[in-house]
Amino acid sequence: MSHELLQNIWYLLIGVLITGYAVLDGFDLGAGVLYPFVAKKDEERRLILNAIGPFWDGNEVWLLTGGGALFAAFPHVYATVFSGFYLALMLVLFALILRAVSFEFRSRVESPGWRKMWDYIFFVGSLIPALLTGVAVGNVIRGVPLNEQMEFIGNFFTLLNPFSLLVGLTGLAMFITHGAIYLVMKTNGPVAERARRWANGAWVALLVLAVLTSIFAAVDVPQRFVNASRQPLIWVVPILTLIFMGLTRWSLAKGKPGYAFLFSALTIVGLMGIFGAGNYPYLLPASNVAEYGLTIYNASSSRLTLMTMLLIALVGMPVVLAYTAYIYYVFRGKARVEKEGY
Amino acid sequence: MDPVILARIQFGLTAAMHFLFPPVSIGLAWLIVYITWKRWKTGEPIWESMSRFWPRILGLIFAAGVASGIALEFQFGTNWSAYSRYVGDIFGSPLAAEGVFAFFLESFFLGMLIFGRERLPKGLYWFSALMVAIGSTLSAFWIIVANSWMQTPTAYRIVGEGIHRRAELTNFWAAVFNPSTLPRYIHTIVASIFTGGFFMAGIGAWYLLRREHLEFARRSLQIGLVVAAIFSLLILVTGHFHSVQVAKTQPAKLAAFEALFKDTAGAGLVLWGFPDEGARTLRLAIRIPKLLSFLIDFDFNSVVPGLERFPRDEWPPIALAFYPYHIMILLGGWFILVSWWGIFLGNRRFESNAFLKALVFSIPLPWVSLELGWLAAEFGRQPWAVYGLLKTKDAVSVVVPAWQVLLTIILFIVIYAFILALLIYLLRREFMRGPELVAVKAPA
Repeated sequence: MSHELLQNIWYLLIGVLITGYAVLDGFDLGAGVLYPFVAKKDEERRLILNAIGPFWDGNEVWLLTGGGALFAAFPHVYATVFSGFYLALMLVLFALILRAVSFEFRSRVESPGWRKMWDYIFFVGSLIPALLTGVAVGNVIRGVPLNEQMEFIGNFFTLLNPFSLLVGLTGLAMFITHGAIYLVMKTNGPVAERARRWANGAWVALLVLAVLTSIFAAVDVPQRFVNASRQPLIWVVPILTLIFMGLTRWSLAKGKPGYAFLFSALTIVGLMGIFGAGNYPYLLPASNVAEYGLTIYNASSSRLTLMTMLLIALVGMPVVLAYTAYIYYVFRGKARVEKEGY
Repeated sequence: MDPVILARIQFGLTAAMHFLFPPVSIGLAWLIVYITWKRWKTGEPIWESMSRFWPRILGLIFAAGVASGIALEFQFGTNWSAYSRYVGDIFGSPLAAEGVFAFFLESFFLGMLIFGRERLPKGLYWFSALMVAIGSTLSAFWIIVANSWMQTPTAYRIVGEGIHRRAELTNFWAAVFNPSTLPRYIHTIVASIFTGGFFMAGIGAWYLLRREHLEFARRSLQIGLVVAAIFSLLILVTGHFHSVQVAKTQPAKLAAFEALFKDTAGAGLVLWGFPDEGARTLRLAIRIPKLLSFLIDFDFNSVVPGLERFPRDEWPPIALAFYPYHIMILLGGWFILVSWWGIFLGNRRFESNAFLKALVFSIPLPWVSLELGWLAAEFGRQPWAVYGLLKTKDAVSVVVPAWQVLLTIILFIVIYAFILALLIYLLRREFMRGPELVAVKAPA
């Protein structure tokens, strides 16, 4: 297998890992953002925590594996992005750290004051990643100022440009929709009812924001449309994405939250597909001098490393998917608040 | 402030925080495999009680481990981007492998352990415990593979010019099983299992002193003590083989551990002393003559290289390598003494106040020893990030200004202090409340 083929395969696989993260940790981040709004009483909050409880830790591993794979396959991208977006990444990190412990710590003490503190931490710990990952994606779409040494030469505020903030909001709407549908699927009573209303509202916001993002992109970063103009088949991806979005709404209206969740997941896959198709072959375009952009060709690891990583993925990921599916099956059905768990 | 020192401080702090959690998690996970097996096979209430209690403890500790672990994976990129570019072709794969083969396994099955006791058949519950234990043990393997490659790099060649100059992989398995991987991995796993056992024994002893949960306490002490006794000896044996490997592959590090400045034939094994780097001597040294040469080379008169054989700017910080190494070993000696005291007491171990108090007092000590071991290993590797290949000062991220690192150090300290304080508070609460008494189920 040639180095070039492996570099292309790894572009796809990194995309798969990021998409897996968005679909899986996406619903528990979304549920976390909705948490204070759809659950008012302690028992309702525990219901949400138990609905995502068995899965959140494993879901988050998609982020860790994605980061590790990025490091292994495209170390220059890992180095440039992580050091360049330093404060933003640290902010996301602190949020993830606090969110992780809030799951386990909250339920251990009965006191309302204690639980309120962890409720707040859990919410903020979910909101920050849900918003900032989208802002990061926006910057990756638009490109950032890079120098000839592949280093980021902007600052924190470079990342807060209007386009990226818009993508951030779009991502947030995507996570909220997805999380809300998950809660409709996995809970009963007032929580499910409120979640359903949020799902409908967030869906509208997502549609509007996604369309706005597309228009803004056409104006601000027309380079991202070059691939589609050369290969018109790519237009199938946004068309399918819109169809999946429509099916999401329709399933929800028909009272079939399971299908709605499936189509919401497919919508996310579609949105990630649009992102990937538009950026290819750039992993991190340069907004100042195009030649300084990081591509799958100039930022990758050696052929041997990519091949080894591919084998690791081919051996390991099917097993992961199998027991992931199994665990979701074990905890199928509506969540309950019981002695075990959170 | 110097950005290199700041980046080192941050990594050191976050790694030290993280390393509080995986060893005891691995140890407890394997003990829980045993406990849930007994629950499945015997159905006795005591095993039900143990199976309800210890996973609750593991859940708390594991969450802190996960939370603090993400910080480390990020930091190679955020603060050590030059390192990531230079060795990413080799170093990134074990980290990705850790995610694929270990993190998913331990995280998803931990969910089963925390949420599944009521709804899962006992065999499946035991299997979940086994997967958590295997997952965390595999996780340790891959991360130690990565760190070991930093200590004894192999299977690479240097390619490229200018900014594209880097190390590239030539053989995956040779890089994975570099000379230090197995000695370090086996030593660390053995130490982790010891820590779990010793902790369980200590908690059992604590309950016995308080005259509470007596059957639970006796079981916990019994199981924990046997594990601790066996593994305290294995720590010594594996530690020896690891030191031999260090002597052969990182001679400057071993010289720092022993504060050996001059090449010495028939070198003595240091038990204690006060290194004086300026005067190049070890003050008030207590040594066993000729034993160091013998342990390394099986020859009482072989020459052990001293620090002066190496360029002065390639010496590790002597005191920072020497003291952690020797204190770790002295603590290891204490662990052997206290564990075997308990073994030789026989049934009197459950009543001997002296023994029980010694055990309870010793509960925090494995953590001290674990951290000291890493300090010795990592300070001993300085000034290298990758031994012989890349200096630490050349490995930091150039685009991150010092003030930003200082800011994130402060935030880490605040957030980690908060988490650690609450974790200890919650663990104490769990232990004060104690295990539930489970009634004998009437036969159907």
